[in-house]
Amino acid sequence: MTNPYLPIPYKILEVRQETDIDYTYKVAYSGQLIGGQFMEISIPGVGEAPISICGFDDKSLEMTIRKVGRLTDQIFSLKKDDTLYMRGPYGNGFDLEKFRGKDVAFIAGGTGLAPVRKTIDYFIRNKDEVKNLEVLIGFKSPSDQLFVDDIKRWSVDNNITVTVDQGDENWTKETGLITKHITKLDLSDVKNKVAVVVGPPIMMKFTTLELIKKGFQEENIWVSFERKMSCGIGKCGHCKIDETYVCLEGPVFNYVKAKTLID
Amino acid sequence: MGYKLSNTGFNEYIQQLKERYRLFAPVLESKKGKFAQTDVIAYGEIEKFDDMILESKSYYSPKEIFFPIRETLFYFMKDTIETPKINEKPVIIFIRPCDLNGIRRLDSIFLKNGEEVDFYYLRRRELVKFIMIECLEGFDTCFCVSMNSNIALDYDAVIRVEENVVSLKVVDDKLEAPVLSNTDKVEFEPEFIKENKVKVTIPNVDLVSKETFNNDIWKEYTSRCIACGRCNTSCITCSCYTMQDVKLSDDKSIGERRRVWAGCHVDGFSDMAGGHNFRDKNGERMRYKTMHKVNDFYKRFDEHMCVGCGRCDDVCPEYISFSKCINKLNEIVEEGKNYD
Ligand SMILES: Cc1cc2nc3c(=O)[nH]c(=O)nc-3n(C[C@H](O)[C@H](O)[C@H](O)COP(=O)(O)OP(=O)(O)OC[C@H]3O[C@@H](n4cnc5c(N)ncnc54)[C@H](O)[C@@H]3O)c2cc1C
Ligand code: SF4
Ligand code: SF4
Ligand code: FES
Repeated sequence: MTNPYLPIPYKILEVRQETDIDYTYKVAYSGQLIGGQFMEISIPGVGEAPISICGFDDKSLEMTIRKVGRLTDQIFSLKKDDTLYMRGPYGNGFDLEKFRGKDVAFIAGGTGLAPVRKTIDYFIRNKDEVKNLEVLIGFKSPSDQLFVDDIKRWSVDNNITVTVDQGDENWTKETGLITKHITKLDLSDVKNKVAVVVGPPIMMKFTTLELIKKGFQEENIWVSFERKMSCGIGKCGHCKIDETYVCLEGPVFNYVKAKTLID
Repeated sequence: MGYKLSNTGFNEYIQQLKERYRLFAPVLESKKGKFAQTDVIAYGEIEKFDDMILESKSYYSPKEIFFPIRETLFYFMKDTIETPKINEKPVIIFIRPCDLNGIRRLDSIFLKNGEEVDFYYLRRRELVKFIMIECLEGFDTCFCVSMNSNIALDYDAVIRVEENVVSLKVVDDKLEAPVLSNTDKVEFEPEFIKENKVKVTIPNVDLVSKETFNNDIWKEYTSRCIACGRCNTSCITCSCYTMQDVKLSDDKSIGERRRVWAGCHVDGFSDMAGGHNFRDKNGERMRYKTMHKVNDFYKRFDEHMCVGCGRCDDVCPEYISFSKCINKLNEIVEEGKNYD
């Protein structure tokens, strides 16, 4: 009998600082992954938490972790060559087929960029697989920016908009909430345009409402949810909304389904 | 095979089963009741027939025998992870039909929800056989008939307990015992309760709408429910739990991960890092539980989760009645139908 709860030790290959409270961990890993899936990561004796996979290749995966509590505080003391315990991957992730050949906009707020980072990066590298690609990213302030190097690289030849709620004297990009910048997207064929919206609950709510107001079809909008999770495998009950288990059927949902979910 | 035994004969049967099994049945536990210092009936290991309490309903369900309140998943020692051994002596649980049906609901969550099978649940569950206790009268708060859970057929043996005789039918040969070979053989088929005092009507799942969720009936529970979670802990079908890591040595090299029962009525059930909580008001939690028990679960497993054991009504210190709540829910769904 296999025991799905057993955490497996993996080696940390690299630790990169993103902000004062966000670090990216690259871990040795090989196995099938889909962008937007998550791992249950843990430190024995401290705790366990779901964390999105924000990048991967054949030999490694990356996760960007924000320091917010008991476990994530302890994770911050881990260094290159230390051991990180994980089990997974869990969840559905972003199915690339849903976006191939389409005019797609990725809209991400704050740490919400982590779960879509891999999918954005894939289409930036394989631009011929989509009809059109646009990215709209919002952070609270310039010092909250994540994946600065990626964004720089993505921006070279693509329509990437970065905005902060509140800029400072050195800020040269956009300011204001994400919803204000939706008009910057190419809306010429909005009825067929696909949008992926990931971020804090309040950001996802107002952004999806704004998209619909601008003429997006509900079935063309995708979101990714975060809920409390203890197991990741459909047993503990914490992530359940109505008859839906976010860890099993999500965290990525089509808006047609997502809008019916009442916590 | 069916048998008729005297009380002494049945006790002897129990003694013979005890050689091969640990036997659990409702027993009296002192000073663990709803009010301070009162006694309570809970499932415990029995030594003899006399230990079994059959004249009242057990306050707690038998689920903790194979889904413990707190269970160590593994110990960490430096770089090794060790899953604790469990007592592998097989178990017999004396159980009423509603609870036996409830266990099928637990099986659905732990063994069939998602692709993974719950290792810890299965390894205890596989040790269990059930001797069903025929239940013809029920108790004041029961509504098993409305929930279609008054009849259970997946027992390994069944008993009818009368004044001085116990009738027994053994389905699983493993529950035969030497004492039975010199006992009167009879035809015995259990009967089932046909009507409870309490009746509920479950609204049709296709008629439950967004309006049902936002209806004012849930508000009443915000002021009444104190989020103590007793309805969750006593329920045969509540299966939620939370992980808990504990350090067992100062230098952090030894620790354990446990899971502990969690209840959707209790503060913190949906809390996420960042202070985000999805059901702040106790009325919303009542709505969440109610929908899970008589709507959501059905959509995944084709039967309702609630089996109508009535324990949640028995244990609530605020006298909140779940059966009344279900009937109110049905009323608003019916009313909604008329508006369309
Ligand atoms: C599918 C999924 C994907 C996720 N992906 C990521 C990811 O990629 N990166 C990531 O960093 N996180 C991600 N999370 C969130 C992550 O799981 C939590 O941050 C983590 O569980 C926190 O664990 P902890 O033990 O450090 O915090 P805990 O010790 O559990 O602390 C959390 C508690 O502390 C309090 N608290 C903590 N921070 C604050 C605050 N800022 N304000 C107020 N109260 C606070 C709250 O009461 C909260 O309940 C994801 C979650 C899900 C469900
Ligand atoms: S919800 Fe109440 S009546 Fe239904 S199974 Fe649970 S405790 Fe019994
Ligand atoms: S309904 Fe009653 S038993 Fe359940 S949490 Fe509320 S007060 Fe406690
Ligand atoms: S995280 Fe445990 S059921 Fe989804």
